[in-house]
Amino acid sequence: MNVHRLLAVARKEAIQLRRDPRSLALAFALPLALVLFFGYAISFDVKNIELGVLDESRSTASRALIEAFVGSGYFTVATRLDRLDDAGAVLGGRRATLVLVIPPDFAEHLAAGRPAPLQALLDGSDASTASIAQNYADAVVAQFSTTHAAGAGGRALPLDSRIRIWYNETLQSRNMVVPGLVAVIMSIIAAMLTALTIAREWERGTMEQLAATPVHRLEVVLGKLLPYVVIGLVDVALAVVAGVFVFGVPFRGSVLLLAGLTLLFLLGVLGLGMFISAAVKSQLLATQAAILTTYLPALLLSGFVFAIASMPAALRGITYVVPARYYVAVTKGIFLKGVGVDVLWVDAVAMIVFASAGIALAVAAFRKELA
Amino acid sequence: MSPAALRVREMVAKELRQLFRDVRTRGMMFVAPVVQLVVFGYAVNSDIRDTPTIVVDRDRTVESRALLDAFTASGYFEIVAIAETPAAIVAALDHGHAMVGLEIPPGFARDLAAGRATVQIVMDGTQSDAATTAQGYAQRITRAFARDRVTGGVTPAGPDLRLRAWYNPNLESRVYNVPGVIAIVILLMALLLTSLAVVREREIGTLDQLRVSPLRPGELILGKTLPVGLIALADLALISAIAVFWFEIPLRGSPVVLLPGAILYILAGLGFGLLISTVSNTQQEAFMAMFLFLLPAIILSGFFYPISSMPLAFQHLTLLNPVRHFLGIVRAVFLKGEGYATLWPQFVALTALASASLGVAVWRFARREARGD
Repeated sequence: MNVHRLLAVARKEAIQLRRDPRSLALAFALPLALVLFFGYAISFDVKNIELGVLDESRSTASRALIEAFVGSGYFTVATRLDRLDDAGAVLGGRRATLVLVIPPDFAEHLAAGRPAPLQALLDGSDASTASIAQNYADAVVAQFSTTHAAGAGGRALPLDSRIRIWYNETLQSRNMVVPGLVAVIMSIIAAMLTALTIAREWERGTMEQLAATPVHRLEVVLGKLLPYVVIGLVDVALAVVAGVFVFGVPFRGSVLLLAGLTLLFLLGVLGLGMFISAAVKSQLLATQAAILTTYLPALLLSGFVFAIASMPAALRGITYVVPARYYVAVTKGIFLKGVGVDVLWVDAVAMIVFASAGIALAVAAFRKELA
Repeated sequence: MSPAALRVREMVAKELRQLFRDVRTRGMMFVAPVVQLVVFGYAVNSDIRDTPTIVVDRDRTVESRALLDAFTASGYFEIVAIAETPAAIVAALDHGHAMVGLEIPPGFARDLAAGRATVQIVMDGTQSDAATTAQGYAQRITRAFARDRVTGGVTPAGPDLRLRAWYNPNLESRVYNVPGVIAIVILLMALLLTSLAVVREREIGTLDQLRVSPLRPGELILGKTLPVGLIALADLALISAIAVFWFEIPLRGSPVVLLPGAILYILAGLGFGLLISTVSNTQQEAFMAMFLFLLPAIILSGFFYPISSMPLAFQHLTLLNPVRHFLGIVRAVFLKGEGYATLWPQFVALTALASASLGVAVWRFARREARGD
């Protein structure tokens, strides 16, 4: 391998990139714009759960209970029902997530110091929101019991659970979304940057010119990768700065470690994109292959939204070949946990394997074309 | 048959021949959607079950074991490790081996009898949605445990909340999420097959051949759309069957509601794809435009982030997203058995989006043709 020839290929690719200012601007602006856009848009925080109320008790106690739901900050009364039969229409039409039914004898039971049944009907179709609503409702009622039933013979509970949240103390979904988003967006962008570079040379007929020069195929692949690696590193740097300064996401780990692991990750995904490009030869097929192999896997199999631990074993096996998986662990680990090489070395090794495999595959696929 | 219909029929036949000719394209059209639904259908699971938990029990009494049993019996927590020191909890959470650390201090049983016991629970907040839910469960479990100690299992005085979830009693997230995967897989297919369609013919020069044929611009677009629409509809039927029979997603509503919704959704998807194709000068531009369209279409659809949690401006923006409306229809028809009475706004929105996108695509194409570039 000759470094001069490698750099010459890199310079040629850079010049080509510079001649297409629109694409170049897009390559720099897109990741930043997407992180800002989605950083604002995405939130898992469940607040203002819409409550339907059927108050058959119409008493001071029932009003105090409804007040407790609203006062918790998690619920807003969206609709009031007159009959239990309306609950189906209310939940079915998404006018409320939870319908609270307070039976006529609620106040009497409570005053007499008896158990006072209450019913909560949930729209279970969205299981995540429903689970959270369920827990909040339970907490509100428990709180209500200790404050209101205390006079009627209630006692404070003998056990107190002290829950502390680590890494993301206020449980803000933005702190989880932004680091993950950087990983997902970069794996998609990287494939997009390189997926067409070789297919395009092939379709435009410039491949023969490249083949006629003395450059070795490894020099071509690495030389073509180099400018994109630089772009990718700048992209990540911009996205990290935006995450920390615009969204206030904590950055607890080492900048240097993130830079090093980002480099490994970029080599892997860019190499993979180039492999697709070299293997299919046509821009149409390269597009389709790149989208099918990067888009949804990066979103759904990376642990960004859906925890890998909850997937069936066979699928967990598949996630090991999704590079975004390792990088999501890296960004979350460095941003939020502040962990170092002692924890992230497993992901680092996996990404080294990936980078070598991506480049080797690209080189191998490239040889076939030249022969 | 009118001459126009004949021309479109010929064009459709030609397009279908072209699509079915290449084995890789055939695979992409029919194998990819099935593989995607099966793989992602298993992935889209956000249930809080068996959350990996590390335990440090420094009391080792009947009471402390009873509390641990209460945690595991709930099904929400699974003890993956028992450690001696609190430092082990730090390591387990740092490495991601456990999401929850539970520490029972010495003297727990004594304090419980005296009415002032505490347990320390730490949670990994990096997955904030899961941590929020797990936190709620942990509180409920300790509360129920404490109440039982006081009353000896008898329902105590005071409000007694009974929760019941409709439509999905076990609160399985997959039931809600698989219909979302259906919507996205179909959109992806429609976009992949159309967004490069026109620009590719323009780039490789075959558009000139179509230009000298008697086809009018509208007919040409129709001829491009119809075959892909039919393929997407076939895909939809195929993967819906897998969702129902393989993933056992209940189909409570009527296919008669689902089908028109699906047709409108596919038309809207094709419309956006063609729009991308007609505004792009090169395949690369079309590729980037597709990327730019897909990501917000998926993320702002309510698939995994509830729309109601978004800032208001973004909530309005999602009204332009066909995925959002189709998801509303699919989920309501599958899980709740709803019909047109509640879903008409979604149908109106999809009709508007489909006609707008297709209309603009035809108009742009015709204008470009008239200018002759």
